[in-house]
Amino acid sequence: METRSIRLRVKRQDSPQGTPYWHEFEVPYKPQHNVISVLMEVRRNPMTRDGTPTTPVVWEASCLEEVCGSCTMLVNGHVRQACTALVDKLEQPIVLEPMTKFPVIRDLMVDRSRMFEALKRVRAWIPIDGTYNLGPGPRVAPETQEFGYALSRCMTCGCCVEACPQYNDHSNFIGAAAIGQAVLFNLHPTGAMNKGERLDALMGDGGIADCGNAQNCVQVCPKEIPLTTAIGEIGRQTTIKALKDLLWR
Amino acid sequence: MPDERLIVVGGGLAGLMTTIKIAELGVPADLFSVVPVKRSHSVCAQGGINAAVNWKGEGDTPQEHFDDTIYGGDFLANQPPVQAMCEAGPGIVFLLDRMGVMFNRTQEGLLDFRRFGGTKHHRTAFAGATTGQQLLYALDEQVRRFEAAGLVRKFETWEFLSIVKDGQGHCRGITALNQRSMEIHAFPAGAVMLATGGPGMVFGKSTNSMVNTGTAAGAAYQQGAYYANGEFIQVHPTAIPGEDKLRLISESVRGEGGRVWTYRNGKPWYFLEDMYPAYGNLVPRDIATRAIFKVVFEMGLGVNGEPMVFLDVTHIDAKLLDRKLGGVLEIYEKFMGADPRKVPMKIFPGMHYSMGGLWVDYDHMTNIPGLFAAGEVDYQYHGANRLGANSLLSCLYSGQLAGPTMVHYARGHTADGATAAALEHERQRQEDAFAKLRKMDGKENVYVLAKELGEWMTANVTVIRDNDKLRATDNKLRELKERWSNVGLHDRTAWANQELSFIKQMWNMLELARVIALGALRRDESRGAHYKPAFPERNDAKWLKTTKAQWSSDGPELSYEDVDTSLIKPRPRKYDVDKTAA
Repeated sequence: METRSIRLRVKRQDSPQGTPYWHEFEVPYKPQHNVISVLMEVRRNPMTRDGTPTTPVVWEASCLEEVCGSCTMLVNGHVRQACTALVDKLEQPIVLEPMTKFPVIRDLMVDRSRMFEALKRVRAWIPIDGTYNLGPGPRVAPETQEFGYALSRCMTCGCCVEACPQYNDHSNFIGAAAIGQAVLFNLHPTGAMNKGERLDALMGDGGIADCGNAQNCVQVCPKEIPLTTAIGEIGRQTTIKALKDLLWR
Repeated sequence: MPDERLIVVGGGLAGLMTTIKIAELGVPADLFSVVPVKRSHSVCAQGGINAAVNWKGEGDTPQEHFDDTIYGGDFLANQPPVQAMCEAGPGIVFLLDRMGVMFNRTQEGLLDFRRFGGTKHHRTAFAGATTGQQLLYALDEQVRRFEAAGLVRKFETWEFLSIVKDGQGHCRGITALNQRSMEIHAFPAGAVMLATGGPGMVFGKSTNSMVNTGTAAGAAYQQGAYYANGEFIQVHPTAIPGEDKLRLISESVRGEGGRVWTYRNGKPWYFLEDMYPAYGNLVPRDIATRAIFKVVFEMGLGVNGEPMVFLDVTHIDAKLLDRKLGGVLEIYEKFMGADPRKVPMKIFPGMHYSMGGLWVDYDHMTNIPGLFAAGEVDYQYHGANRLGANSLLSCLYSGQLAGPTMVHYARGHTADGATAAALEHERQRQEDAFAKLRKMDGKENVYVLAKELGEWMTANVTVIRDNDKLRATDNKLRELKERWSNVGLHDRTAWANQELSFIKQMWNMLELARVIALGALRRDESRGAHYKPAFPERNDAKWLKTTKAQWSSDGPELSYEDVDTSLIKPRPRKYDVDKTAA
C-alpha cells in the first residue's frame, strides 16, 4: 500500500518588517484533515520537509466552524477560511499565504484592525437609550428580518476586501463589509433614525464613490452576504440624501 | 475622588455585558481579550436564548423556567440566583431586541420562540441557528459605541496572566501579556472581572473554540480563587467528529422536529422517543448523551458498527429548515459534504460546556475580594447539567448583575499607597516566570502533551466515570506535569510567539484538569452529567453539596458546601414521564 502524505507550502515572515520566505512541510495522510488540523500536526513536530527543525507556524484560528472569521488566509491563492478548507478537496502542495491587504504580524497572522475601525466610521450600532428594561423592540416584518439576518452574519473576516481591487494601503476605501453593516442598521426601525449619520460617512472620503463595481466581494464572501445588493442600496440611499441635502440647504 | 478604572477580562457575551453596564454608569473600563472581541467563543452558540414570555399561550412563566432549570440541573444549583436569572430572562431578550438583534419573527412581526431540551414550552428566542454570533455582535456594537465615546479601552490580543493582590489579599489589577510584542504589563483596577469562558481545550477536542483553554481560571485558582463543581462537564449529544475539533449540531435541530435514530433489526429505531416518551428527542443533554452511549457501546447498534447515530431532519420542509436552522445545516454540509435536508446527519456526543467554574457569591464576586467572575467561567446557574439555551442567558444575566456590583465594590474599596508596589511586584514575578519558560530546552513538545491530556480527559472524565480510571487519570496528569518541566521551546523569537504563550497556558490547563478529575473521583454518586455506574443513584443525603477546590502545592484540596434549596424541594429527576409539580 502506498503511503500517502499531505504537502504544504507556507509563506512565512518573522515580523512585520521581515522578509517573507517559504517553508515546505509534509505530514502523513489522514482522511478528514482540513488546513487547520494539518497545521496542528506540523506544530507537534515542527520540521520542514527536508528535516530541518523550525518554529511552529503562527496563524490565527478560534471557532473552526466558520463563524468567528479568524482563520482567513490565502489557500492555493484563494481567500477563505482555513477551517473549511478540506484537504481532500485541495490540490497539493497546499499553498498557504497571509492576506495581502493587511499588515502581516507574523507568518499567516495579519492585523485586520482597519476593518473594525471602519465599523466606527459608519456608526454600525443602534444608539439605545440604555440597558434597563424598556420593553420589547419594534416589530419587524419577517421579510425585513430575513434580509437583515443575511447582512448581520458578516464576521469581519476580510475576504471581501482582500478580493477588492479598490481596497489597499494607499486607498481609504471603507470596503464592502462596512457598507453592508450600514445597510443593516439603516434597515432596522430604530437604526433608521440615525440613517443620515451613516450615509454622511459613506458620502465622504473612502466612501461608496470609491467602489469600482468589480463585484469580487460578493463572490468570495463565505457567508453569501448580498454585498453588491447592499452597495447598490447605499448608492440609492446616498443619492436620495444628496438630493435632499441640496433642497433643504 | 474620581472612579478608578475597572478591568474586564474576556470579550464574550458575559464580558461585553459587564463592560456595557460599567460604562453606562460612567465608569471607564479596560477590556482585555486574547482575540478581537468579535471573534470570542460566544459566536459558536447556535440555538437560542431562553426567556419565559409565554408568547405562544402555553402558560409558561419564569417560575416554570426556574423549575425546569433546577430540575434539569439535578438540584445542584443554588436556587435564589437561578430564580432571579429566570425572572430577568424576558427583559434581557427585549433588550437584545432593542439592540437590533435579527431574531426570527412571527407573521405579526413579533419575536418567534422555539422549543429546546428539558422543557415543554416554546421558550427559546433565536436568530436562525447562529444566535450566539448575533447576540455577540449586538453587544460588540454597543461596546464599540462606548469605545468611540472614550469610556472603554480595548486591549485585544492581550493575554491575562495573573491577578494582582495587595497586602490584604484584595484584587487590585492584573498582569497581561501582549501577544505580539510579548511584553508583560501590570494594569491597576478598582475591581477585576474574569469572563474568560470554559476549559474545553483541557479535553483536547471539544465543541469549544481554540481560545477556550481555561488558562485564566486556572491562574486565578492557583492564586487562591476557589473552583467549584469542576467535575460537572457537559457532553453534548449531537456533534460531528473532526480531526481538529468536534463541531456542534445544535439542540435546536431537535427543537424544530429533528429525530435521533439508529438501525435495530434492519429498521429505524427512534430510541429517545422510545426510552423517554414524555420528552422524546428533547430530553436534556446528559440524558440524550447517555442514551446514545448505551445504544452504541452496550447494544452495539452504532451506524455501520461505528460510534455514531443519525440525527434526521429530512422529513421537515427544506424552506423552513433554511429559515430556522440554516447556519447549522451549512456547517454540516461544508464539513461533511452531505446535504442534511436530504440525508440524515451522522452525529456523536462531544465535550461541550463546563457547569463548574470559579466559585462566586450571589454578587458574582469570588472569594478574593475585588475579583469577580461571570459567564461560563463561573459555576452559578446550571447545577449538575445545563439546559440548552440557558448559557446565553446566564452569560448576559451574570454580566448585567456584576457590572454594577463591581462599580459599587470599587467605590467602597479605593486603592491605597501600597498598590503601585504590589503591581510592580506581580509584574516582576511574571517576567521571571517567562524568563524561565524562554530557556526551556527539554525534549517534550508542548502540543503533544496537550493532545495526550485531551485524550485522557475525554476517555475517562466525560460521560461514564469509574474510580480506577479516574485515579489512573490523575496519575497521568501528574506525569504530564513532570513532563511539562521537560518541554523544549522551538520558537526562541521575541515576537508573536504562540508556542511560548501556550507552554504557560498548558500548565494552567493541567492544574484545572486535576480539579476536574479529582472532583469526579471523590463524588461517589450519579447526578446530572456526572455518572458513575458503580454509584448509579443520586445521593442527596451525602452529595447535595457544591464541590470547592482550593489550590495547594500538593494538589487540589476539596471541601463541600451546602446547596441553597430553599425555594424548590429536591425531588427525583425523570424524563420518561412528565415532570411532577414542584
